[in-house]
Amino acid sequence: MTPRETWQRIAANKIALASIIFLVLLILAAVFVPMVLPFGYEQQLPDSRLLAPGAKHILGTDDLGRDILTRVLVGARISLMVAVSVECVVVLLGVTVGLIAGYRGGWIDSLLMRITDVLLAFPDVLLAILLLGTLGATSSRPETSAILVVVSLGVTGWPPLARLVRGQVVSLRQREFVDAARSIGSGHGRILLHHILPNLVSPVIVAVTVDAAGVILAEATLSYLGIGVQRPMPSWGRMINDALDFYKSEPRLVIIPATMLSLTVIALNFLGDGLRDALDPRKTRR
Amino acid sequence: MLRYVLTRLGLAVPTLLAISFLVFFAAYLSPADPVDIILGQRAAPEAKARVRHEWGLDRPPLERYGKYVVAVVTKGDFGRSYQTKEPVTDFIARGFPNTAILAVSALGLALLTGIPLGVIAAVKHNSWIDRFAMAFALLGVATPSFVLAPVLTLILAVRMGWLPVGGFSLQEGLVDPATFILPTVVLAARSSALIARLTRSAMLDVLSQDFIRTARAKGVRPIGVLFKHALRNALSPILTVAGTTFGYLLSGSFVVETFFTIPGIGNQSITAITARDYPVIQGLALLLAGIFVGVNLLVDILQGFVDPRARVSDQKAI
Repeated sequence: MTPRETWQRIAANKIALASIIFLVLLILAAVFVPMVLPFGYEQQLPDSRLLAPGAKHILGTDDLGRDILTRVLVGARISLMVAVSVECVVVLLGVTVGLIAGYRGGWIDSLLMRITDVLLAFPDVLLAILLLGTLGATSSRPETSAILVVVSLGVTGWPPLARLVRGQVVSLRQREFVDAARSIGSGHGRILLHHILPNLVSPVIVAVTVDAAGVILAEATLSYLGIGVQRPMPSWGRMINDALDFYKSEPRLVIIPATMLSLTVIALNFLGDGLRDALDPRKTRR
Repeated sequence: MLRYVLTRLGLAVPTLLAISFLVFFAAYLSPADPVDIILGQRAAPEAKARVRHEWGLDRPPLERYGKYVVAVVTKGDFGRSYQTKEPVTDFIARGFPNTAILAVSALGLALLTGIPLGVIAAVKHNSWIDRFAMAFALLGVATPSFVLAPVLTLILAVRMGWLPVGGFSLQEGLVDPATFILPTVVLAARSSALIARLTRSAMLDVLSQDFIRTARAKGVRPIGVLFKHALRNALSPILTVAGTTFGYLLSGSFVVETFFTIPGIGNQSITAITARDYPVIQGLALLLAGIFVGVNLLVDILQGFVDPRARVSDQKAI
């Protein structure tokens, strides 16, 4: 299937298309709007605390007089950057482990899959909490804390992808085109790079899209608990935690970041479903 | 069957070892000095040296790890807290009952709501009930508990006044049952949604199979087809997800406990992490790992009963 056909299939799926539009708008807004807005994300305006939404502050201000729109969009940057970086780590580790295990088989396969099973037995967010706790994210600088979040979510998040890739490789390895390549004298490297890897692209893209939603939720959870991205960086989870002293009178302080978070997660889920339908026409989703 | 159980048990040991190793060496890699945490940073160098020696912190890390594992296995000794100096086991024993009752009641609620919702959605496939169930499932997955908790508290407790605002603690004698409701509902929501979604797709798979048509054709009553033929076969995937769900419930209890100020192990973990109380963190990590391994083991064994094929395919794999 050409990329053009894939795109046509996705464009025909209204929910997936709406998700793409939402995510693109979110990315554009996160990158450009804070540059245009006249407020810094940590800039406190003492005489305009807890302002209701209005012309100057479109979404109002928080208890320290910070502009909520600016903070929520800088929060989007953090969520998206963490998600992309974590998925890079996950793909690197998951695909490598899955490829080696599936292609080599034997004791290497058994060993790698045992390690995967061990990590799978433990919910990744919990493992990330414990890792972050011991690595000491709470006392780090905000930038370092973001990197530690990426590391802990990355090294705990790859096992499901490794499982998926291994399964695919095991079935691909026995297909005729791999035999054909081997019979004309292709080495392992060539077979892996030119024959197996291209066939992994679709399932990996689908898995990564859906997993990114989970990563965004996980990052928000860690930051909410105070052990993820540190102040004054406005992660959505952190914003919700900061708002808890005021939410009874000012529920919007919770609702705004929460809505952004949920919409992003839903959009990524729908996009993942849409990609699955578009890339694998044999599988029909119910 | 015995062999099946034994191989599963054999897998549990390396899992626990791996987790303990990981957490132990993550603590070793962190830049903080344990002695500073025990004594405070301004203690005299001699006092620091003495404490370092007393706590065995001057030994090489592999030796310390080895001693730790031996003490845990032979004496059930998880060391002492850097902060309060009390044994880690005493500390955890105070928090654990609160978390256990919360997680178990949330699992019960999630199963009691998720399975019926999934079954109804599958039977009434493409009806409004099905759409409602799926919308609920999506919202449940996309709404984290730290959002659901303030929203429900605001509506049900602050505005309506139907429920109390705070959480509960089993240590405080008589507990008002109403204080259980909000934390349990908040914790169960995501799992309920996941279980509903999975039950629905498992039931749809089973309901489209030939033996269901055969059962209907030979005159089994619809209700009998549903429960005896369909649900029984859909039970195996549901059971698996119930096991993984329990893991999510325990990590979800971190959020729920901090929000409702329930003194369970989630709250204790956060306190220990902020204070860098490594022995407590390690003890909690091992406890949680032990629970997961235990629950997965239980699920695998139940799986063997519910679906005899699981036993056979497992032996073939090994």
